[in-house]
Amino acid sequence: LAAFLLLIVLGTGRVMAQDQTITGVVTETDGTPLPGVTVALKGTSRGANTDATGNYRIMAPATGTLVFSFVGKTPQEVPVGGKTVVNITLADDSKSLQEVVVTGYGTQRRKDLTGSIAAISSEEFQKGNIVTPEQLITGKLAGVAITPPSGQPGGTSQIRIRGGSSLNASNDPLVVIDNVPVDNTNVSGAANALSLINPNDIETFTVLKDASAAAIYGARAANGVILITTKRGASGAPRISFSTLGSVSLLTKKVSVFSADAYRALINDTSPEANFATADQRKLLGTASTDWQDQIFQAGISSDNNLSVSGSMNNIPYRLSYGYTTQNGILKTSNFQRNSVALNLSPKFLNNNLRVDISAKGSIINNRFANEGAIGAAAEFDPTRPVFSGVDTFGGFFEWLDPATGRPNTLAPRNPLGLLYNKEDRSQVNRFVGNVQLDYKLPFLTGLRANLNLALDASSSKGTIVIPSYAGEQYARGANRPGITGDLSTIGGRNNQYSQTRTNKTLEFYLNYAKDIKSINSRVDVTGGYSYQDFIRDEPAYADNLYDGRQLNPAGIPFNTQYTLLAFFGRANYTFNERYTATATIRRDGTSRFGQDARWGWFPSVGAAWSIKDEAFLKNSTTISALKLRLGYGVTGQQDLSGTGASNYAYLPRYTSSDPTAQYQFGNTFYPTLRAEGYDANLKWEQTESLNAAVDYALFNGRISGSIDFYDKKTKDLLAVIPVAAGSNLTNRILTNVGNLQNRGVEFTINTTPVKKEDLSVDVGFNITYNENKITNLSKVPDPNNIGNQTGDISGGTGNQIQIQSVGYPTNSFFVNQQVYGANGRPLEGVYVDRSVDGTINVNDRYRYQTANPKLFLGFTSQVTAGRFSGGFVLRGNFGNYVYNNLQSRLGTYQTLVNSFGYLANGSTNVLDTRFRNQQFFSDYYVQNAAFVRMDNLNLGYNFGNVFGGRSNLRASATVQNVFVITKYTGIDPEISNGIDNNFYPRPRTFSVGLNLDL
Amino acid sequence: CVGDLDRTPKYDVTSASVYANPANYKSVLAKLYAILSVSGQQGPAGKPDISGIDEGTSNYMRLLWKLQELPTDEAKIAWNDATIQDINKITWSSSDGFITAMYNRIYYMVSLSNEFIRETSDGKLSERGISGQAATDAKAYRAEARFLRALAYFHAIDMFGAVPFVTEVDAPGSFLPKQVSRAELFTYVESELKAIETELAAPKAGEYGRADRAAAQALLARMYLNAQVYTGTARYTDAVAYAKKVIDGGAYKLDASYANLFLADNNNSPEIIFPITFDGTRTQTYGGMTFLVHAAVGGSMSPSTFGVNGGWGGIRSTKNLTDQFPDVTATADKRGLFYTDGQDQDISNLGDFTKGIPSTKYKNVTSAGKPGSSDTFVDTDFPLIRLGDMYLTYAEAVLRGGTGGDLTTALSYVNLLRTRAKAAPLTSLNLEQILQERARELYWEGYRRTDLIRYDRFAGGTYLWPWKGGVKEGRAIDAKFNLYPIPSTDLVANPSLKQNTGY
Repeated sequence: LAAFLLLIVLGTGRVMAQDQTITGVVTETDGTPLPGVTVALKGTSRGANTDATGNYRIMAPATGTLVFSFVGKTPQEVPVGGKTVVNITLADDSKSLQEVVVTGYGTQRRKDLTGSIAAISSEEFQKGNIVTPEQLITGKLAGVAITPPSGQPGGTSQIRIRGGSSLNASNDPLVVIDNVPVDNTNVSGAANALSLINPNDIETFTVLKDASAAAIYGARAANGVILITTKRGASGAPRISFSTLGSVSLLTKKVSVFSADAYRALINDTSPEANFATADQRKLLGTASTDWQDQIFQAGISSDNNLSVSGSMNNIPYRLSYGYTTQNGILKTSNFQRNSVALNLSPKFLNNNLRVDISAKGSIINNRFANEGAIGAAAEFDPTRPVFSGVDTFGGFFEWLDPATGRPNTLAPRNPLGLLYNKEDRSQVNRFVGNVQLDYKLPFLTGLRANLNLALDASSSKGTIVIPSYAGEQYARGANRPGITGDLSTIGGRNNQYSQTRTNKTLEFYLNYAKDIKSINSRVDVTGGYSYQDFIRDEPAYADNLYDGRQLNPAGIPFNTQYTLLAFFGRANYTFNERYTATATIRRDGTSRFGQDARWGWFPSVGAAWSIKDEAFLKNSTTISALKLRLGYGVTGQQDLSGTGASNYAYLPRYTSSDPTAQYQFGNTFYPTLRAEGYDANLKWEQTESLNAAVDYALFNGRISGSIDFYDKKTKDLLAVIPVAAGSNLTNRILTNVGNLQNRGVEFTINTTPVKKEDLSVDVGFNITYNENKITNLSKVPDPNNIGNQTGDISGGTGNQIQIQSVGYPTNSFFVNQQVYGANGRPLEGVYVDRSVDGTINVNDRYRYQTANPKLFLGFTSQVTAGRFSGGFVLRGNFGNYVYNNLQSRLGTYQTLVNSFGYLANGSTNVLDTRFRNQQFFSDYYVQNAAFVRMDNLNLGYNFGNVFGGRSNLRASATVQNVFVITKYTGIDPEISNGIDNNFYPRPRTFSVGLNLDL
Repeated sequence: CVGDLDRTPKYDVTSASVYANPANYKSVLAKLYAILSVSGQQGPAGKPDISGIDEGTSNYMRLLWKLQELPTDEAKIAWNDATIQDINKITWSSSDGFITAMYNRIYYMVSLSNEFIRETSDGKLSERGISGQAATDAKAYRAEARFLRALAYFHAIDMFGAVPFVTEVDAPGSFLPKQVSRAELFTYVESELKAIETELAAPKAGEYGRADRAAAQALLARMYLNAQVYTGTARYTDAVAYAKKVIDGGAYKLDASYANLFLADNNNSPEIIFPITFDGTRTQTYGGMTFLVHAAVGGSMSPSTFGVNGGWGGIRSTKNLTDQFPDVTATADKRGLFYTDGQDQDISNLGDFTKGIPSTKYKNVTSAGKPGSSDTFVDTDFPLIRLGDMYLTYAEAVLRGGTGGDLTTALSYVNLLRTRAKAAPLTSLNLEQILQERARELYWEGYRRTDLIRYDRFAGGTYLWPWKGGVKEGRAIDAKFNLYPIPSTDLVANPSLKQNTGY
């Protein structure tokens, strides 16, 4: 340490004669020493850092001023005033307007922000059994709607920032991890691309919501940007942190189907109202009583363990962490395991002028995906049948058979447990995200620095799907195939594999110049840079094999795709008089996804802020501690075609080869075919213009703070897949730029600290977002008769779609017939309002009724610390969202209970409400109000304090996730991101206990 | 690094490179044929040709079959797939997804054929230095592409009437094709078929599966028979002439067994002039014959009898069809292939497969009783054009006043079919008997809607069948239903189009 200090002292050059040694200790508000705090002598380049015990030592004149700063803390300036010991306490500043915020290509003082940026750091994260990063901030931020994943281990959350600005193209925000913009499309074999990052390694989340903040990422920022920063080492002796969490997940609600006895009674019911089964069908009733849902679900046991070491070695701050997570889903056989390692090194060279940040994150995920078909099958399978048949065929599982062949009846559902246990769907995904960032303060001009960032995001995944030949699901798949001989029980099943590699490279370079120009009361901060990113995805093709490895169908065409993004960008931030700030950004983006004439786009933004608090009339107000107006406008783009089904070469005329299973016969030869693809040679950027007006406020010394934002986002030239004029292109629908979409809304955030005493503090936060989404145009030539493009596949029948994109309506509106009800309040089967008044009921009578998008969503969080205890909760609510109850529409009819195909099936008890004989998929009866309030998280912690002496600290926690849901919706969960409730993997309730030990 | 923005696909090929190599031409031609058969570049589904609708339900052959058969007395389907019940009941609208998909499949064929014809023009061939046998082959392929385009346009004429018109002159882009009248399109298709008549291979001289001269002649005969409906001008003499060309050509012969025409080895049938081919392992689809065989199996029928792993319980006939036969057991007429065990003749519920009588005509089993090469996908080919129809076309055209033929020959032709079916020969012939004979001979082969319209029995109320107009007993329907509507999606995409009257 002495050597380190000596180095600093020597490094700072001359020591003035009147200097004296100042020492002191820097502590947090709770008294714990704070290592790694920068202590600088104001007006000089002299500085020091606090050591592991919070102590520092610096040479300073008696008249000097020391500046103490630390990320996440309010910097303090303390005049030495002749003292030789200066002890100070640094307070958290996350609730003030003082902090430094990551903004992309650098940081900015929150005070200087003009854009809408929400930041949240690790202490505010959601707690409990959290497997993927985005779940850390669910419900915490206004304007950021995160639909938590289904119960699938490692499953995907849907993230929407201020509604989706695209129709067919991706609506996912850009994710930037430690300054590396990553590819967040799904990696094959992983439920979620973000699931490869260990949430425990994350320090802060910053969300760039409006264009003036996000436009620096131009082309990729139309849906907002999420910046993730991982934890770094601080200087000082090694600190070891260990945490372990064990949890158990339980099913909260079952789908309402008939019990075995109720089912038998119903089938045998010959009263005129029911009486739907024939004598032959009644004979199919069994004598067992099986609750198939009880059979397929289990208590899912999970654990999450993390070990990290951080500190500074040879002057190099480091942090090394290892995490091991295993999560068992509540659906039997589903499991997710992750081993992750993260290493951060932040050495400095050349008199601290060159800062190097090295980040490497590696993870290996092993998944076993449960056969989710079992969820639907459990709802449907005849409850009067036993799980096991008593004989060995089909792995011992009872199956409905075709009496003529003894093979499973192809139309009947398969045994739900057989589906689970007779399928091994496994994958292993390896991912590495690493970057080296060099930040060099150029010696010839103070305030100028150059930053070079080289990054690699590479993943490889492989998976196998193995189904034994005796399994009911793929029984005798090779029957009759020439060359495939053997007993029926040996010529089925599956033994297939898949793999994928992704190699994404990033090179970014920028120059930043920041300077306070005291003479004109100004501060300028200018950045200019270049970005190069290249994405390669490669998927070999594999043959389709039977269980024993015999080939059933040869491999198809392998898949490989590459795209490249180039950009030049600049940002200027100017603050005058600490009061008025203006920001302008410009980005020129090029993409290989468009043709030469269309591939470059300009994405500008401007923003302004006025800190009213700093005006004379408020300067001395004790009530208002901050008040700022922000105004921003910007244009962002979208070129991410994922979701449109289009390839990365959609603008090129090209031909696609057919697989060996889609050849055509001439004579006795089968020819692979070559197909001309439809294309739009003029494909170009989708553009979103957005406007943001906001007020940031803080009252009573920051005890109350928050902001209110108004925004209006208009997207034009939507990358939409629309019908082309028949005959004018080489297919019926192409991806082209057509249509307009609008999202506008209000976000309001308030964070309060109603109690703040030594032994008791209470924080309460509330955020609410109102978002209105509307399609304003959908065709090249606006046409009032355009009903729109149908979407939203449902289960039941083939090709049925329940939603529509129509001009004047929100995206994904339900498109249904208006149900007519009888005097008894029951829906009348097949009777709908003839809205077209033409005497027949067909598509022309459907209307747009509600949407899956919530109009209003809110989050309500509280954290209480009382002595050694702490506790908190997160409540979240959505309003104005509707769900199509596909389970009821498909299974809630007499027709589904009995059939002419020789088996019986269970159904939704909803049939007793409707008494429908045949399925009525398009009745608006099934579009149901799914507004809800959910308690996501309830946690309690106890801090044992310094139990092992020294700096050690032991904490224990207990958490319940998905505590309760208040809703009118009758399905198992109202929160279905696409609004179609069908075979949903239920979100469990999870109870966790954890221990954290710091040494 | 700006040059890095020029990325090209690794496995797909660009248009220029495809046509530089003449070896690719046959694969491009194969795609044009495959449009009729499979739904995309992956079997049974995946990389679809058209989008916006489920692949399997919207396969060309499957849609053609559904739109020609389901609105008639010959077939009803039990399912709840989108608007399929509107087709059963003839209550469709211009927003109907199936009608839209049929229209799109037609234009898919037209557009891809145009592309191939454009890229194989004499000029382009010589530009690329393609000569000798390669050039000869390319020209033959080009003629076949013109046949396929004519076939698609024929379907457009029959089902949609006045439609947008594009040829190889119209390169892909965002233009709005002009609509032509039904008669104008008829004239164009007629001229095309006549132009390629001699360019196509001599009857049965080419490879199985590819269109030859007889296919073009038979298609012309079929168009002339319906010319009165399509153009307002009767062309029965031409119908006689072209049916006669096919028959007298002698290359195609009646299959000795009616049943064998619809089995897994029907590629050996001497009668099929133009098939849509399928194969359980190499030409897989959920549409086409896989649909037709599986969908007609249900109730107590044993799927293995049909060479499939399970029935889909979908299609069966109304009693109006079974009533055309002396019995439903193929005793007095071998063509009456039906399954009655556990089936009600009366379709009291459209959604119940056991109401109505399914036909057992199509099977994935060979004439020797061997199952096809897969029990999930079907080997059987669809007989789109076959000689039997030419005999009936000749007879009807003569009866309707066409010259160049005679009644005696007409009667003998009809009796050839009846004799094969072991049915008593007729002693005289009238138009009514022809319609009946067509039902017995050609049911479930995609002719019925066109036949009923030609006989003016489709729209209106002169002839009723169960569920016509959406009621169980059947009721009169508006004359507009003689044509399908131009899909509303195309009216939006191409505002210059005019909708068919009544929609």
